[in-house]
Amino acid sequence: MKPEWIKWAQEAKEQFPEANSSLLPLLHRIQQAEGWLSDDTIRDVASLLGLTTQYVESVASFYSLLYREKVGKNVIHVCVGLSCALAGADKVMEELEHKLGISEGQTTPDGEYTLLEAECLAACNLAPVVQRNLRYHGLVNTAQLDALLADDEKEVKS
Amino acid sequence: MSQKYYLLRNREIPDIDQMPVYLANGGYQALRKALNEFKPEELVELVKKSGLRGRGGAGFPTGMKWGFLPNDGRKRYLVVNSDEAEPGTYKDREIIERNPHQLIEGIIISSYATKAREAYIYCRGEFLFGSEQLKRAVQEAYEQGFLGENILGSGFSLDLKVYRGAGAYICGEESALLESLEGKRGNPRLKPPFPAIAGLYGGPTVVNNVETITNIPAIVTYGAEWYTSMGTAKSPGLKIFSVSGRVNRPDNYEIPLATPLRTLIEDYAGGVLPGRKIKAVIPGGSSVPLLTPDKLDTPLDYESVLQAGSMLGSGGCIVLDDQVCIVGATARLVKFYREESCGKCTPCREGTYWMTDILERIEHGLGTPADLDTLLDVADNIGGKCFCPLGDASLGVLVSAMKYFRDEFEAHVFEHACPMGAKLYDTVNH
Repeated sequence: MKPEWIKWAQEAKEQFPEANSSLLPLLHRIQQAEGWLSDDTIRDVASLLGLTTQYVESVASFYSLLYREKVGKNVIHVCVGLSCALAGADKVMEELEHKLGISEGQTTPDGEYTLLEAECLAACNLAPVVQRNLRYHGLVNTAQLDALLADDEKEVKS
Repeated sequence: MSQKYYLLRNREIPDIDQMPVYLANGGYQALRKALNEFKPEELVELVKKSGLRGRGGAGFPTGMKWGFLPNDGRKRYLVVNSDEAEPGTYKDREIIERNPHQLIEGIIISSYATKAREAYIYCRGEFLFGSEQLKRAVQEAYEQGFLGENILGSGFSLDLKVYRGAGAYICGEESALLESLEGKRGNPRLKPPFPAIAGLYGGPTVVNNVETITNIPAIVTYGAEWYTSMGTAKSPGLKIFSVSGRVNRPDNYEIPLATPLRTLIEDYAGGVLPGRKIKAVIPGGSSVPLLTPDKLDTPLDYESVLQAGSMLGSGGCIVLDDQVCIVGATARLVKFYREESCGKCTPCREGTYWMTDILERIEHGLGTPADLDTLLDVADNIGGKCFCPLGDASLGVLVSAMKYFRDEFEAHVFEHACPMGAKLYDTVNH
């Protein structure tokens, strides 16, 4: 357990009337620092909040943005909802799979990129939409994907 | 098509997400007016008179919802649902990213009206920028004395926190949202009791959508009669419609309720591409039945859209043109519900998997005639039999598509290929 986690857990607990509410904020904060949530992390979080390991695991495994397996430094989410599909999301996914040399759900061998589907990112006016580390890139076409992979500053704000 | 924005004020006032700009444009004056001129009960009456209905999809009268809170001395909570995640719907994201102070002002007024002393914004986990904007704006509101102890010397105090979800569409269902906010899996709760009686931490709780609450400052400023002067008697006021799919100008459009669907699609969203025709419209987010082109003159109010065979829902309007494969579109939407089912109840958990399997089989030319009957049979065993509305939501488009476009499903089965000669996306100029 990293020393700062004790401080973070205390800060999270102080935010809410009941301790359980601090679970998601603490998991978010630790994942932000570590990149993912290992079995050891889950056990440590349980200990910090006075919960059982099984309980923390049951919660962490429910949410798609809490990663229980190691992910790349950059997590790419391709929205595959209907509006994005109508605008070419499947082609965007195919192109990204080709460029990264991996299939959806996988991480590149160098640990740089993980490629995932997202079920509607609520940005249908910008379809097709991709998120890189949860930052929006909208109206993406296949020609722009190299720039998207290289450039994390091009955030789209509606 | 003149436009005057109230909910999407960011369109005409750049940087209104910043406190100085919001203040310079009349921001937080509605809060001052509410605290100085109204008792809480009078505000509840004002919102009842305005006829404002919940904009998250259900359309339940907001003032009536506020009035359900029992007077039994327990601590009350206001929770704002910012877990927008339904295909076709993207209105709340624009508000929280570009106009967060109007939401926060609405939350403070609504909390005063409902006598809540603690409020939460449950923000979708994927909305990282949105949650950052909200946290910054909340901090600014504390610094200005609009939040915290004794707000503007009124004696009213409120704490507001931004709580970020972690990726689960089901958390948009109000009781699943409360479970998540309590640090649990986002499984819906058995109702009753409804949140008004036993909500967050067991206390009386109002759960309102972002757009609903963002209306409140305008209603306080301009009055209930101003609000009821727009729309219809049962569906008054303004509404944001999110248009997407095969239109020239997909965007959020803020218009009075009862504006015809055709006006929204053709005048505001620029219609479909040249040479194409509208095949179907999903008017209220992916959970509602689709409408055929003969319903394009339907006024966009709750009652008229219901009369036309669908629901106004969240106002997420997805337009399908005549080159879209209806089977492919349906398969895509049902897959969404398969992925997002929380797994708590069997009809939804198993049924959405089964329907997706069949639809993908049909789409790929591998379906059998029996599959068509099985699809409707599975749908019949989901409808009205699930723990929460997600199961029913998976059926709206499917059942209506099989009703209106049965020939297209049969063509896939009997010709073992898509009669459109294309996959879902192949017709896009990309």
